[in-house]
Amino acid sequence: MMSANLSALFYLVSGILFILALRGLSSPETSRQGNYFGITGMVIAILVTFFSVGNFGTGFIYVLIFLFIGGSVGAFIAFKIPMTAMPELVAGFHSLVGLAAVFVAISAFLQPEVFNLGSSGNIKLASLIEMSLGAAIGAITFSGSIIAFLKLRGIMSGAPITFKGQHFINLFLGIIILLLIYYLCRSQLSNIFWSIVLISFLIGVLLIIPIGGADMPVVISMLNSYSGWAAAGIGFTLENSALIITGALVGSSGAILSYIMCKGMNRSFFNVILGGWGATDQNSSSQTKEQKPVKNGNADDAAFLMKNASSVIIVPGYGMAVAQAQHALREMVDALKKNGVKVSYAIHPVAGRMPGHMNVLLAEANVPYDEVFELEEINNDFANCDVAYVIGANDVTNPVAKTDPQSPIYGMPILDVEKSKSVLFVKRSLSPGYAGIDNDLFYRDNTLMLFADAKKMTEEIVKNL
Amino acid sequence: MEIDPFIFRLSIFILSIFVGYYVVWSVTPSLHTPLMSVTNAISSVIIVGAIIAALANSSGSIFETSNIFGFLAIVLAAVNIFGGFLVTQRMLQMYKKKKK
Repeated sequence: MMSANLSALFYLVSGILFILALRGLSSPETSRQGNYFGITGMVIAILVTFFSVGNFGTGFIYVLIFLFIGGSVGAFIAFKIPMTAMPELVAGFHSLVGLAAVFVAISAFLQPEVFNLGSSGNIKLASLIEMSLGAAIGAITFSGSIIAFLKLRGIMSGAPITFKGQHFINLFLGIIILLLIYYLCRSQLSNIFWSIVLISFLIGVLLIIPIGGADMPVVISMLNSYSGWAAAGIGFTLENSALIITGALVGSSGAILSYIMCKGMNRSFFNVILGGWGATDQNSSSQTKEQKPVKNGNADDAAFLMKNASSVIIVPGYGMAVAQAQHALREMVDALKKNGVKVSYAIHPVAGRMPGHMNVLLAEANVPYDEVFELEEINNDFANCDVAYVIGANDVTNPVAKTDPQSPIYGMPILDVEKSKSVLFVKRSLSPGYAGIDNDLFYRDNTLMLFADAKKMTEEIVKNL
Repeated sequence: MEIDPFIFRLSIFILSIFVGYYVVWSVTPSLHTPLMSVTNAISSVIIVGAIIAALANSSGSIFETSNIFGFLAIVLAAVNIFGGFLVTQRMLQMYKKKKK
């Protein structure tokens, strides 16, 4: 058996390795090494736990078996999952962390002696608070992530589900949880503990259903953050520094990503959480829509325009992922480069269904990462570019965000696509985007609409180049 | 007067939030998806709690209710650890520089 002091030092080492794992992600070159640091940290944490428990009997064999079962499932998923499905995979993984936190908290509540938290019915006050907070946040993470998963997977409609008094109910349930924790501390009754877990599951569901499909990047980041806080809560209960450090890292990481996503939409965090965006606008805009003339083009026109351009900027969005058009896009760009055209990619912070989603898809299609630019890096280049090729993006290019204070997306940073000499807009129809607003760009003189599936259109253009 | 060990853990926690804050802001936006999958993997270090819970046998049996919750948590965390690190690795392999 390992001394508690020695194992605490090893847990600190894992914590530091996890910090280095995140640090590695500051550039693609160091990122792979960073991932190995993370894996090493995890191996150390698990081995140290084995040695500090020091029980290598039958139980240990079972632990290895369960570890193997879970590990094989995880590895299988990791190798099979298509890159377009990353958002739902991450949501699914969050739910597992949440549920694991709930289970560990339940074990600790049932057998507090094992974790040095006092005895059943007489658990230390601080531990009781920590474990019930850990369990509550874990349960919210679990059920919230399940809803997010179902929405992203398309099993559940992405439309926000709202009803009267929704936020009041959530607030009420939140207060109930706090009261129950208070009573749990006074009475130590297990029924109260179970009620906390159950109500938290309910809160998770209620919290995510009013949030629309387009706000999923914020939701995923938020749940990422919650899973961290849940882990930290359990870390306090178990007095384990590796868990506390990791929980804090993950919690702040998710919070920062949520902030970046909200800023990308010029919305406050509360505005997103309170939800309901896009539900009402969609109806009103379809009624008031007037028939304005658009210029309609085909693959031949598009190929001609781009072949004779000196620079082209590609603006990919979620539609590209849906149509799986990233490989065709890469072929098109290769053909253009052969013709001496300078091509770069412009990525809006909220393009796709999760932070960085577009970058992964382009990387999968072998697009070098130094041709892919963020909004601030490339936005000035639109003024000097000949053709902007918008594929599967919509709201993030809408000039209304700069001109119409009445618009729900007013003030949102957008890609200045309309400044380029001509715009090729690949879209299946004139329907509005997720924000439910008409895109002014469709009716501009320099815009050529290409009505088709993103993948088919891009393949057609390749043939015409 | 002696300082409660809780205060030390709280200090670690708060300092780690600050470390996390600065480290995550330096992550390049193009790697935000791998960031999410790797934070997923590392938060599954909660498996240490699951292992302790599973191996506890105060009553001589390893299949008390609390052990079973421990074993279930091990499975869930293991899916996440292997899935999270491997899918991150798979994504990071794809990021390549322009061939000169």
